[in-house]
Amino acid sequence: MSDQTTDLTKAEVAEQTRNMDLLRFATAGSVDDGKSTLIGRLLLDSKSIFEDQLEAVEATSQSKGYDYTDLALLTDGLRSEREQGITIDVAYRYFATPSRKFIIADTPGHVQYTRNMVTGASTADLGLVLVDARQGLTEQSRRHAVILSLLRVPHLVLAVNKMDLVDFDEAIYERIHAEFTQFATKLNIPDLVVIPISALQGDNVVTRSENMPWYSGPTLMHHLEHVHVASDRDLVDVRFPVQYVVRPKSDEHHDYRGYGGMVAGGVLKPGDEVVVLPSGMTSKIAGIDLFDREITEAFPPMSVTVRLEDDVDVSRGDMIARVNNAPKPSQDIDAMVCWMTNEPLRPRQKLAIKHTTRSARALVKDIQYRLDVNTLHRDQDTKELGLNEIGRVQLRTTVPLLCDPYSKNRTTGSFILIDEATGVTVGAGMINSGS
Amino acid sequence: MTATHADYRLSQLDQLEAESIHIFREVAAEFEKPVLMFSGGKDSIVMMRLAEKAFYPAKIPFPVLQVDTGYDFPEVLACRDNWVSRLGARLIVASVEEAIADGVVIDDGKTSRNRLQIGTLLNALEEGGFTAAFGGGRRDEEKARAKERVYSHRDEFGQWDPKMQRPELWSLYNGRIHEGEHMRIFPISNWTELDIWHYIGREGIEIPSIYFSHQRRVFERDGMLLTESDYNPLRSGETVEERTVRFRTVGDLTLTGCVESEADTIDKIIDEVAIARVTERGATRGDDRFSEAAMEDRKKEGYF
Repeated sequence: MSDQTTDLTKAEVAEQTRNMDLLRFATAGSVDDGKSTLIGRLLLDSKSIFEDQLEAVEATSQSKGYDYTDLALLTDGLRSEREQGITIDVAYRYFATPSRKFIIADTPGHVQYTRNMVTGASTADLGLVLVDARQGLTEQSRRHAVILSLLRVPHLVLAVNKMDLVDFDEAIYERIHAEFTQFATKLNIPDLVVIPISALQGDNVVTRSENMPWYSGPTLMHHLEHVHVASDRDLVDVRFPVQYVVRPKSDEHHDYRGYGGMVAGGVLKPGDEVVVLPSGMTSKIAGIDLFDREITEAFPPMSVTVRLEDDVDVSRGDMIARVNNAPKPSQDIDAMVCWMTNEPLRPRQKLAIKHTTRSARALVKDIQYRLDVNTLHRDQDTKELGLNEIGRVQLRTTVPLLCDPYSKNRTTGSFILIDEATGVTVGAGMINSGS
Repeated sequence: MTATHADYRLSQLDQLEAESIHIFREVAAEFEKPVLMFSGGKDSIVMMRLAEKAFYPAKIPFPVLQVDTGYDFPEVLACRDNWVSRLGARLIVASVEEAIADGVVIDDGKTSRNRLQIGTLLNALEEGGFTAAFGGGRRDEEKARAKERVYSHRDEFGQWDPKMQRPELWSLYNGRIHEGEHMRIFPISNWTELDIWHYIGREGIEIPSIYFSHQRRVFERDGMLLTESDYNPLRSGETVEERTVRFRTVGDLTLTGCVESEADTIDKIIDEVAIARVTERGATRGDDRFSEAAMEDRKKEGYF
């Protein structure tokens, strides 16, 4: 192992845990693309797998009569999945290298599980799409890229896997690279990297492949460790959804009144003039508390408590923004919706909606089109959205939402739809605009 | 804009803390009657700390529930009492012994206390009318947990259905439940064992003394080192000897093994954890070793 990542002991990794940063990434690929094997490989080569876990997997592989240790068994969690040999839900995996901690949202790739992929991608900084070098791009890999793009995952890696099975042929890699790059021009993918790998043998996963001297780009792990994500958050437009009003009502803190929440955008500082929405009342930030400490600025994704100078009426669901830079309260919402339940979404349907810390009811006014995630074709004849379908929907809400376009802010631009009878989350929305 | 993006970088530990605080506040705002399940273990102590931070300077707006197996380490109960009194929280103790006496659960002499906790816990949640119960589960602990949501829905029997989980997107949590159902909430889902230790070290908070290296009279059973205790009668061939040990998890003392260790400070524990080659549950929890799918089964029944 020449890569320095693997030469460090876990103790040295631990040493740096305190200050390392975080990368959340979502993986997508079909059962046969070797996704679980790749994740197993990342965990194994970053020494994140423990002896007993590896032993269990080796024993199972042996009892099934495999010639090699099936690393996929490391991530197939639930018994029903192990029996069927497929991954049925989003699983979260963790590993760390000296510079970063990684959270993987491992999502299944089958047609019917778009909702899981949307779920995994919603919190991801990076999306990892796998293709089998022998097959090239499939309908499914295109669909994965479309979903990652819709969810505004800012970085995308296309891993061309199983290069060992095509004799590490550069021409095959180049052809897939070109085809995908061409396809990606139709999407919103600010950063794309295409890496030829063999998850099974480890080529270009953590260590550079000696079989592909023609490839000069980073290994997958190197890219994951170094991709720049700090600038992906909006640090300009102040958005602070009020989550919880902190009122101690104790003798010691008799007059304390603070607004707890997670900063969704911008940088808040004491002294800033702010507006509270939807009331439109203005005040100044008196102080920002992080537990028992006063801090001088708060930025995403910090959870803080903000105090205001004036005794204005503020409650959960309100939003604190800047006087000259605030979202427009809106009851008419235009959004892309991913539908996640069997019973289709239809016009006139009423649903509960949760946006930031605000809950309301929503009426489906119109379904403008259904997006074919394989071809990007817009089907305007549709009158409903079925399970795992994505479409453009107009909603009318009972109270104004304090929203931004999803392309500007993934927190203030997203919402979930809830079936009022069952209480189940049935839809995920990405706002185009409010008017 | 004078500040550059690089100035506004949050370390992963701070990001985890912020996410957990967000979850605590969300639950306190949306649920009628939350409760914090407290085992006295390191994970639930981190939970207490996060709850303290989420609502400061107000007190935590929900009670603390502990399931007393009757086989708890006295050091753990002492630590629990210190925490509860420092935070001024209300403590509810649900006793497995009492549940057995009341016929809520049946002790057949073969079932572990950990398993008897399930019935005791569900009964306590029902009696208290709690609609949300915070637990200290982490997704890195075990394969079944890796797929569990932060908000984990439980039906009126307290059961978890892994195939009927609600999708969980962005940081938008869906807390809707029907009468008689409740939600398990896992605010530290994304923390790893190492994160927990770094956080305890950084915050300088009290944990039970048995986590640190100490002299203890122990005996070996099924490859585990168990503590000498009246609850743990020796079987033939087992002999007690004094060793330098510490516990990596705390639970029912008849089933929780210790490891030989000289680690008597948080930093030494972190070094030890970082080079450990066996997961904490696999090493020291007899109750998870009965079958590969043991945890999945217990979760479906209503385990933490």
